[in-house]
Amino acid sequence: MTLRSGGWFAGAVLLGAFLLPAWVVYAREPFVLDVVTRLMILAIAASSLNLILGYSGMVSLGHAVFLGIGAYAAGIPAYYELNNGWLQLAVALGASGIFALLTGLVCLRTRGAYFIMITLAFAQMMYFIFVSIEEYGGDDGLVIYSRSEMGFGVDLNDNVQLYFLVLFCLAAVLGFMRRLTQSDFGQVIRSIKINEPRMQALGFATFQYRLVCYVISGMVCGLAGWLLGNFTGFISPEMMDWTRSGELIAMVLLGGAATVAGPLVGAAIFIGVETLLPDFTVYWHLYLGILLIIVAKFGRGGLLGWWTQWRKDPR
Amino acid sequence: MDGALILIQILNGLQLGVLLFLLAAGLTLVFGIMDFINLAHGAFYMLGAFICATLAIWFDSFLIAVLLAVPITFVIGVVVELGVARQLYQADHLEQILATFGLILIADTLVQMIWGPQGMTFALPEVLNGQVQLLYGVEFPVYRVLIISVGLLVALALYLVVSHTRTGMLIRAGASNRRMVEALGVDIRMLFTLVFAAGAAMAGLAGLMIAPITEASIGMGNEILIVAFVVIVIGGIGSVQGAFFGAMLVGLIDTLGRAFLDDLLGLVLSHQAAETSAPAISAMLIYILMVVILYFRPQGLFGVRAS
Repeated sequence: MTLRSGGWFAGAVLLGAFLLPAWVVYAREPFVLDVVTRLMILAIAASSLNLILGYSGMVSLGHAVFLGIGAYAAGIPAYYELNNGWLQLAVALGASGIFALLTGLVCLRTRGAYFIMITLAFAQMMYFIFVSIEEYGGDDGLVIYSRSEMGFGVDLNDNVQLYFLVLFCLAAVLGFMRRLTQSDFGQVIRSIKINEPRMQALGFATFQYRLVCYVISGMVCGLAGWLLGNFTGFISPEMMDWTRSGELIAMVLLGGAATVAGPLVGAAIFIGVETLLPDFTVYWHLYLGILLIIVAKFGRGGLLGWWTQWRKDPR
Repeated sequence: MDGALILIQILNGLQLGVLLFLLAAGLTLVFGIMDFINLAHGAFYMLGAFICATLAIWFDSFLIAVLLAVPITFVIGVVVELGVARQLYQADHLEQILATFGLILIADTLVQMIWGPQGMTFALPEVLNGQVQLLYGVEFPVYRVLIISVGLLVALALYLVVSHTRTGMLIRAGASNRRMVEALGVDIRMLFTLVFAAGAAMAGLAGLMIAPITEASIGMGNEILIVAFVVIVIGGIGSVQGAFFGAMLVGLIDTLGRAFLDDLLGLVLSHQAAETSAPAISAMLIYILMVVILYFRPQGLFGVRAS
């Protein structure tokens, strides 16, 4: 996809996203608004995973833990009737950043399969911590009765306003990812993925670069978690179950790893399958599973990868 | 905290340990030899349980059910290896995770299509329902003693095969250097299929043994699979011995931690603090152990791979 057509495409999607609430109100389809809001939140989460998994080659099987941390950062203050959204957001970003920093110091010393296992272990630890805190519902989860209060006349209890907040966050995150990955920092990260010893020999402190990357990724996913907690109004440790992390990986790879738009496309496919297939069959997981295996076998680059290849060599 | 209770909890820990070993043995060999991360290994655990439950109800005999269910899971293992797993050995870990995650979805859905969304359980034969007297006044269910014994026997058999037969020698050689074994002219593909299917059968055996206690349910393999991964990382990827000691260690730490940690913490903390923190800490213990081992000794306690 050339930059030009990519730009047109992005503009069209953005315009559609802006007009969607108007259509939803006109056609009285509030369900569609819910689906797209969820899709965009998961796209933010998948995009954050893509930064470490796609661009810097660190396969984490525990990324959903940041979704959980972000969600609890909305839920626990709300439990004490601290509904200030800016406070909650600061807690979400701070807590996920600190968690990423502390676990990253340990995780990033391992490689390959061991990195997969150690990220999984840390996610499991957080999972069990929240399962055992009965004050916040433990296994049963926690209901958020009132969404975050942002001030400035914004009322997130209105689904359309929440939708626009999520849309704004998604656009900001994708724009940020584009800038970041094309910056010098992004070049270093990508080069580390390809050949770390060479980057070390060139004098780059590769560990620090990877750590910063990991912390940014965790914080962006914490933002997604904060939005998700607000959106669903119900949070539970199940949000950080390892299968949730697996779903995030699936989204990134379905769309195309190491591309800015890939996670959004992947989240759209995932949510699309999840929303549309159950109308035809209750066994829709079967087809999702087959799709994942096909992508794993043939889908180098995911859907965006196929598209680019097809444009280069249409047959 | 009296002696009898400790003894019973140790036996419970051993029971969890042998179940984990049956799962981890296949997982560690497949991971060690083929460098294949199989997230769907827990599916065999689930399938073993469901198949055995069905057969036990059909034939009204637990023994016949077990004798048929284990070979059936072996055959399913062969099919999965030939159909899906084989093409993924050369792929990187990311693609393996994606594909085996897809396999989990497929297996869970197929089970739901065949057996319905509810779990399944079946009655044990009368002989296995009793209690056995361990010491004076200390009783333990016969069936749990049977689980421990079967698990230990399989472990012994696997040990003998791996360390005293030609096939076992090839397996060990494959775990430490696959390319060299291939270069020496061994048909490693055949060996892979065999190892994969044997692992599936052992996982199926673990699942069917636990089914009468917990019932067979969809997704039952997904939680215990993660613990099995903890076991093989602690024991050292590719080592059957490591899987055995890792499984026993994890089984005992997890069970004893859940049973006694609040009392132990009560010695140093206030009663209330101990009561609230013990469940979280005991559930985290094995993961903490795994992180410590990965940090200081990434090759695990019995590691066979240099990296």
